[in-house]
Amino acid sequence: MADSATLAREQLLPESTGRKRSRAFVSFVRHYPLGAFGAFVALLLILMAIMPGTFARQNPDLTMLTERYHGISSEHWMGQDQLGRDQYSRIVYGARTSIMIGFGVVVFTSFMGVLLGSVSGYAGGWFDTMLQRLVDVGIALPGLPFIILVVTSLQLMPLVPRLVLSLSILISLSQSRIIRGVTLALKQEQYVEAARALGAHGSRVIGRHIIPNVLPIVLVSSSTLVGAAVLIESSLSFLGYGVQPPTASWGRQLNDAREFMVRAPHLAVFPGLAIFLTVYAFNMLGDAIRDKIDPRLRGGRR
Amino acid sequence: MQRYIVQRVLLMIPTLIGVTVVVFIMVRLIPGDIVSLMAGDFGAVSPEQKQRILEEFGLHENIAVQYARWFSHIIRLDLGTSLLSGRTVTSELAARLPVTLELGLLALATSIAIGVPIGIISAIRQNSLADYAGRSLAIAILAAPNFWIALILIVMAARYFQWGVPPRQYVHLHEDPIGNLKMMFVPAMILGGAASGTLMRYTRTTMLEVLRQDYVRTAWSKGLSERAVVTRHALRNALIPVVTVIGLGLPSLLGGTIIIESIYGIPGMGRYYVAAINQLDFPVIQGINILIASMVVVSNLGVDLLYAVLDPRIQYG
Repeated sequence: MADSATLAREQLLPESTGRKRSRAFVSFVRHYPLGAFGAFVALLLILMAIMPGTFARQNPDLTMLTERYHGISSEHWMGQDQLGRDQYSRIVYGARTSIMIGFGVVVFTSFMGVLLGSVSGYAGGWFDTMLQRLVDVGIALPGLPFIILVVTSLQLMPLVPRLVLSLSILISLSQSRIIRGVTLALKQEQYVEAARALGAHGSRVIGRHIIPNVLPIVLVSSSTLVGAAVLIESSLSFLGYGVQPPTASWGRQLNDAREFMVRAPHLAVFPGLAIFLTVYAFNMLGDAIRDKIDPRLRGGRR
Repeated sequence: MQRYIVQRVLLMIPTLIGVTVVVFIMVRLIPGDIVSLMAGDFGAVSPEQKQRILEEFGLHENIAVQYARWFSHIIRLDLGTSLLSGRTVTSELAARLPVTLELGLLALATSIAIGVPIGIISAIRQNSLADYAGRSLAIAILAAPNFWIALILIVMAARYFQWGVPPRQYVHLHEDPIGNLKMMFVPAMILGGAASGTLMRYTRTTMLEVLRQDYVRTAWSKGLSERAVVTRHALRNALIPVVTVIGLGLPSLLGGTIIIESIYGIPGMGRYYVAAINQLDFPVIQGINILIASMVVVSNLGVDLLYAVLDPRIQYG
């Protein structure tokens, strides 16, 4: 009797939200194993960025000059660098910079892209024309050279906001063009027209009807964007324009390794592996999110 | 068509003017100036001396005046004079652009040679082992920083083959073509390999789209061989959008040579740019940005026109 009662309850009552969520989670893992792996690594990196001390017990800045270039050992399982510092700790602490900049870029570009794009598309007129010419300029400017120029120009700003701003300028301009295109299409929708007919102001229509509809586009690309930002930041730090020593940074570690890497190859291997794994994880997560959310790709996966 | 071209060329003008304004402002925002930087090398400079040198470089005037003077030179294709070497920026770039172009073109050729065939195979053997291998490779390439690959290759070459660590003395193409190609081979492979990931994914997607079209099914059903279907019917249409990606990729490859040039000691534009930034050689920084931006704008137009030539369905009003 009890069995049939639970059976009936299961069939009749809607699933509890907790179970629904866990089922959705299992199905995500099963359908997108690489995406789930990406999500796991991304989560790990975020935790590392927040509390590096739990992942690495050793002080990343502690120099041990008698143990310079020492290779992999049980105590230093990624070896020691040119000052005898524990490389594993430096990589864990380096996650903070990369993750902060990666997420900073996503937040900044999404905000600017959505704001500029929706206002430009909705308002039209001279504002739209001027902004679109500016976007043309942004598309024409050479990526890495221009970013290096901006990073140098804004030297007086603190490092992290400066890197976020420099990486974001060009990306938010091209992001805004995509948002503008979608906004132009949304403007033709009947519910937008209805809102306007009811006397809603431009700002209200944009805030209530346009932005909620363009937000998924931004969210879908956000994970991949974190990966791209991490990659550019590491290039900048590698060239010496990003994070300055003694702060731990993967790109900077690779730059330092150039001098010593033939003698101590582990210095060139691990920081690069960290960048690779991070970018790979966020790209895979991004691919899975895109597959799952983007209705155009629904059905057969490519 | 002619009207469209004229329209597009006219639209290039405000874009390029915008580029000059943005780049000029960014360069002038750099704290410090070349005189103080050089003074650091030669000991202190008295304020009068500094003022005299600034006047000599034309750096003492109002920003707007400086911009106007510089702009009036730019439209006559005169990029100004390097503050450091005293030679014209045009001649400095003329010595370095060919090196970077060679590297960029070799890299482009490499990326096409790797990316397009793998993308095609991935598409025509969808969900096979080869497809999974190709896709994984593309994903791995997209995530691997090219400077890391370069470092690993240098370490391996030095440890296992006793090859010297670059930079070595650079050999110009016109002096010793074979020696030059030997030097450029590895950097071009790295740069091209890194760019091939995007191309693989893109080729695969467009190819899959085309393979699902009705006319491809027709080609199959009239009994054509796979070779004929793929090369004659599918490939020709699938490659049209791929051409766009390739055309738009060249300028970004030119910007991307910065890192590879500095690792391998190649005296191209990228390395020159880094030096100019570090030494506050304003006209050179401005010149390189504007040169690449012009190339981007021109190649964007070129790609759009090529598109119309390759695909007769596309007609520009």
